[in-house]
Amino acid sequence: MNLYRAHVLVCGGTGCHSSNSDKIKEKMEDRIKEKGLENEVKVVMTGCFGLCESGPNVVVYPEGVFYSHVKLSDVDEIVDEHLLKGRVVKRLLFKEAVEENIIKSVNEVDFYKKQTRVALRNCGIIDPENIEEYIAYDGYQALARALTEMTRDEVIQLVKDSGLRGRGGAGFPTGLKWDFTKKASGDKKYVVCNADEGDPGAFMDRSILEGDPHSVLEAMTIAGYAVGSDQGYIYIRAEYPIAVKRLQIAINQAREYGLLGENILNSGFNFDIELRLGAGAFVCGEETALIESIEGKRGMPRNKPPFPANEGLWGKPTLINNVETYANIPVIFQRGVDWFRSIGTEKSPGTKVFALGGKIENTGLVEIPMGTTLRDIIYGIGGGIPKGKDFKAVQTGGPSGGCIPKEYLDTPVDYESLTKLGSIMGSGGMIVMDEDNCMVDIARFFLDFTVDESCGKCTACRIGTRRMLEILEKITSGKGEPGDIEKLEELANNIKDSALCGLGQTAPNPVVSTLKYFRDEYEAHVYEKRCPSGHCRRLVTFVIREDLCKGCGLCKRNCPNDAITGEVREAHVIDPEKCIKCGTCIEKCPFGAIEKR
Amino acid sequence: MGLKFDWEKNKEKIHELELFIEENKNKKGALMPVLHKAQDIFGYLPLEVQNIISEGLSVPLSEVYGVATFYSKFSLIPKGEYTIGVCLGTACYVKGSQEILDKVQEILNIQVGETTADGKFSLQATRCLGACGLAPVMVINDEVYGRLTPDAVEGILEKYK
Ligand SMILES: Cc1cc2nc3c(=O)[nH]c(=O)nc-3n(C[C@H](O)[C@H](O)[C@H](O)COP(=O)(O)O)c2cc1C
Ligand code: SF4
Ligand code: SF4
Ligand code: SF4
Ligand code: FES
Ligand code: FES
Repeated sequence: MNLYRAHVLVCGGTGCHSSNSDKIKEKMEDRIKEKGLENEVKVVMTGCFGLCESGPNVVVYPEGVFYSHVKLSDVDEIVDEHLLKGRVVKRLLFKEAVEENIIKSVNEVDFYKKQTRVALRNCGIIDPENIEEYIAYDGYQALARALTEMTRDEVIQLVKDSGLRGRGGAGFPTGLKWDFTKKASGDKKYVVCNADEGDPGAFMDRSILEGDPHSVLEAMTIAGYAVGSDQGYIYIRAEYPIAVKRLQIAINQAREYGLLGENILNSGFNFDIELRLGAGAFVCGEETALIESIEGKRGMPRNKPPFPANEGLWGKPTLINNVETYANIPVIFQRGVDWFRSIGTEKSPGTKVFALGGKIENTGLVEIPMGTTLRDIIYGIGGGIPKGKDFKAVQTGGPSGGCIPKEYLDTPVDYESLTKLGSIMGSGGMIVMDEDNCMVDIARFFLDFTVDESCGKCTACRIGTRRMLEILEKITSGKGEPGDIEKLEELANNIKDSALCGLGQTAPNPVVSTLKYFRDEYEAHVYEKRCPSGHCRRLVTFVIREDLCKGCGLCKRNCPNDAITGEVREAHVIDPEKCIKCGTCIEKCPFGAIEKR
Repeated sequence: MGLKFDWEKNKEKIHELELFIEENKNKKGALMPVLHKAQDIFGYLPLEVQNIISEGLSVPLSEVYGVATFYSKFSLIPKGEYTIGVCLGTACYVKGSQEILDKVQEILNIQVGETTADGKFSLQATRCLGACGLAPVMVINDEVYGRLTPDAVEGILEKYK
């Protein structure tokens, strides 16, 4: 094996990939060859680094020099200056990687320093398309230990002792689920990985699959051994082409290495994994709908019980876990239960990955110990709200979750605390909203999503959510009437109580939680026909402040509907009858004289 | 665009599909993978194709139709040459992707789910594309455009016209 003096890691996650990081990697390799460095420097394409906001990202080891916003045209300079002459290209460094002229390595940057990477341990570090790299980072050791040194019950006991809880949203104890599936009677059993990742603003599972696919395969195989199954399925969204490709490569490599297939590691244990693609139905993230879909049917949820552990795929006992849940398994075996329990809280050990997005400085993936406060995540790691705006709320749990206001920023994040606030942990979407976001409109946005995705099996969900959406649309367009808010509450209770599956049962959450914390915004829309954040176009009026207007005429010239009049150097006025509320004038006014009211 | 299915022109494609059906028909739950393959090959799932699948897998046509219409990825009508997807994932929405979508609709004069009369563009609203760092985001076929403003839309669409 060749010993390289330097490694260049180029992020190949979806975010950076979409800004051409694959071409950056190729060009880097070409230039390195041109300079005769190909035996000294190795270029590796990895999964997401987590800091997608500043992509495309490149890190050079051993120093850990972190370059961000790298363009194709920057490649030659990195090779010629840094790799050849050993001079760091300062202008390309990540903004927080330089402090008082000292260059910080990637691990010392605040964004990473405050994280604990367990599920994401290999993401952005190894080449996901090369099984050797996974093995070099202790990959498949857990499987070897389970198969050769442990009984099935010992494996399950270890998972139970770790206290690991399902990362797909509900937080069900993983070891217990494995135990149920093992104890269920059946001649055939299945192990399923839920990679449907339905939350419309999140990409944790995708990044794990793109960056470290073998950790999921290894864990599923361990699970197969524990519960007594020889066949696994990964149900993955068709919208994730890179993840699908890397998973298929990983499965093929694992088969070649005898880590999948018959007689794995000479233990006599057989297990194989097949990919099944989803086809764009959110409800298929619900486990029984997912099972229907793998069976080749419409993805409509089944009644529970029976639970999948007893009657799942083709009526057989089926273990179903989320991607991130599986990604935790191998490392728990490697480093032990005590280590795992030393992270996080008593009731929720370990970490959680969040896709941090919205109005936040550092958009990307963060993994934090359970029990970290929302404030630490948003301000400590996320870098706070851009443009000096005020924080308004943070949304967790996607369409099943809720919005949490400023007062609760010091809440430690775990399953119970978020539920208590009327939101949920969910699968890991965390969207930050600032003063410009209208909470009624956000509730409308989520209801719009649910109405679209309701499978239609039960009336409460199908009709009820539609009724709620209609009312919300009425309110945001300025036609709200007294009684509408109360009607929303009544519908919410109805749907919660009578929907068959989690989709319907949790669909009202975004409305209920915003009503709880931002009722005044609803009331302003309904009773005063006013949108306090200025978001709902039909409810705002554009006004020029006489005291600030210098009469420069810029707004007048740019108004598309000739709604502004006024003489040069005199205060201008907007004719509300003509104004189409396009917002152009606000952007154009150099003196900030125009306001939304 | 004619919606009539041309058996002669599609001969090779039909053959490809039939081969795939043959290979997979004994697999459990083969209908979804076969529908995916057919969608890839033809770009949509006309009744004729559903019939081939129904016969090949011995699944009633009503069931094939039921499954094909349940999932949004499967389309019963042909798509345009370029599929535009504007991300309405939460991260993009809070950063104003609705305005991007409105602008595309205005310029192309079509609604979400529709195709322009010349068969050039189809418009979809997608969920998170995994590029939230670039929000708001739009994709045209495989090309991703990020950090968009409504003003930038016209210039981007121009490139494909
Ligand atoms: C409407 C709905 C959507 C869901 N979507 C997902 C999803 O995208 N990914 C996921 O892992 N679990 C999802 N779940 C939860 C699954 O039903 C199931 O609880 C989970 O896959 C179990 O894995 P875990 O115990 O490892 O979390 C969803 C549940 C509901 C009700
Ligand atoms: S609650 Fe909604 S999504 Fe769930 S089964 Fe009923 S109609 Fe379908
Ligand atoms: S919002 Fe638009 S239409 Fe209204 S005054 Fe300003 S520029 Fe004119
Ligand atoms: S652009 Fe501003 S300062 Fe100039 S005329 Fe308009 S409102 Fe007055
Ligand atoms: S995709 Fe490159 S940092 Fe996330
Ligand atoms: S929400 Fe649009 S890319 Fe994630």
